[in-house]
Amino acid sequence: MELEKLSIRQIHQDLIDKKFSAEELAKFFLDKIRKEDGEINSFITITEDLALKQAKKADEIIAKKNDLPLLGGVPCAIKDNILVEGIKCTSASKILENYIAPYDATVIKKIKEQGAVILGKTNMDEFAMGSSTENSAFFCTKNPCDTSRVPGGSSGGSAAAVSAGFCKFALGSDTGGSIRQPASFCGVAGLKPSYGTVSRYGVMAYASSLDQIGSFGKSVEDCRDAFKAIKGKDPLDSTSLKEPADSEKIDLRNLKIGIPKEYFVAGMDKEVEKTVKEAIGKYEKMGAEIIEVSLPHTEYALPCYYIIATAEASANLARFDGIKYGSSEVGNSEVKDLLEVYIKSREKYFGSEVKRRIMLGTYVLSSGYYDAYYKQAQKVRSLVRGDFEKALSRADILLTPVSPTLPFKIGEKMDDPLEMYLSDIYTISINLAGVGALSLPAGWVESPDDKAKKLPIGMQLIAKPFEEEKIFQAAMAFEK
Amino acid sequence: MISEEEIKHIAKLSRLEFSESQLEKFQKEFSAILEYVENLKKADTKNVEPMAHSIKVANVFRTDCAIEKGEDTSRRSQKLLEAAPDSKDGYLKSKAVF
Repeated sequence: MELEKLSIRQIHQDLIDKKFSAEELAKFFLDKIRKEDGEINSFITITEDLALKQAKKADEIIAKKNDLPLLGGVPCAIKDNILVEGIKCTSASKILENYIAPYDATVIKKIKEQGAVILGKTNMDEFAMGSSTENSAFFCTKNPCDTSRVPGGSSGGSAAAVSAGFCKFALGSDTGGSIRQPASFCGVAGLKPSYGTVSRYGVMAYASSLDQIGSFGKSVEDCRDAFKAIKGKDPLDSTSLKEPADSEKIDLRNLKIGIPKEYFVAGMDKEVEKTVKEAIGKYEKMGAEIIEVSLPHTEYALPCYYIIATAEASANLARFDGIKYGSSEVGNSEVKDLLEVYIKSREKYFGSEVKRRIMLGTYVLSSGYYDAYYKQAQKVRSLVRGDFEKALSRADILLTPVSPTLPFKIGEKMDDPLEMYLSDIYTISINLAGVGALSLPAGWVESPDDKAKKLPIGMQLIAKPFEEEKIFQAAMAFEK
Repeated sequence: MISEEEIKHIAKLSRLEFSESQLEKFQKEFSAILEYVENLKKADTKNVEPMAHSIKVANVFRTDCAIEKGEDTSRRSQKLLEAAPDSKDGYLKSKAVF
């Protein structure tokens, strides 16, 4: 039986029917990771003991004929910026190389309560800053669809692990596209929930007003089932919200899909444009009404993001001071006073992209520049959100590309930070506006340098806050 | 182009430092990024309110009462201390401030 091909729901049924045990399932995936992840490098840490403990618990529930929650016994992977108690949590940074998480993030508590089996922690760009997972301080993850290419980022390890069949679902975080772009590059489904839907308690903060935890699945249904397990208001995150009671009632008849005209402009890869346009055609054939909408401030979204995100990051990452936790130069006899502990620890253990963003954030918040940069960016953010409010009052869902290019080659964009930032041009605005968006495969094309390999092209479905169910229903209709 | 001195000043505020050899490369990259974000100044934001957050919640409080110090909280304080590079008698230990 090909266990890696089963859906979460099929696994759930098979576990109840005792076709295999949760322990057998966990061992199968742990073994597969050991054999095959050497080529992909999606995991930083394998949590075999924890996985087997959770699997045994699920088997006990089944043996007692108690109700098995949907994720009970289901193997999953967690991005390494989300805390799992007692397990190393590095954010792919040297500054946290040996840091052990002292407690569970709320999302982990939730999936553990369901009995999900955590197989390991996945690679990422350091502190979620990057679009290719090449900024990991440890190693680069490869795209399972073509190992000469990047898996996208920053949640590249989670996307690659799902794509390679190492687990049934994975959790990631998305500040400007870090779930959707790697989902697109690896040919899986990935959701960035609307802001406040999922608790951020226990995820390492990058830009708090933009960060959301979300889920990956090989199919939209798997992604949806994982999302349903982690959502909900949490007293430990004061920015998490209670969802409206009617958020699950969806009627797909008379679906109106808006296509933002600013997203289909010069600079997009021809194959991406063609594939996404074909997907729009499919929706039209299915009976959806296609309308053109406008997001007029699109050109300002990327510079706006890089001011707001870095400003918040410069404050959030101030906690890494060599005193409270993480790698430190406090024991270095050449380091004389407290200020030197701060500077030497941060200088030595932060990677170059993290330093660049802390510097930019500090600059835009510094005296004399605050109004010109940070305040202006906050005003532009209002304009960007207004664009989405208007467009989503005319259409139920917006459909756009996820990335302007195919998955790029490892090393291709590492020398030019600005070029790398442009990878997120279609995903950034969604975080600024706080709406939800799902990336799912729109189609597959031949790899330009190896015709035997197929590369995925993703599309993004966007809806108003708390309308994730509408997105999922529309996406599942397409998948069929 | 942003000056070397300005970069050194921002680095100091950021509690970072750059060696002379890193400085030149950083200066170039940083200037290119700044030039790009300058584009934002072209946006017409007259009469637009700045927004700090995408959701309108403010001042979320819990009940004003002490959380009972159970086994769980003392175990957690121990774990948090264990994560620190240096500690003494239940406190984080640092070098002298001056």
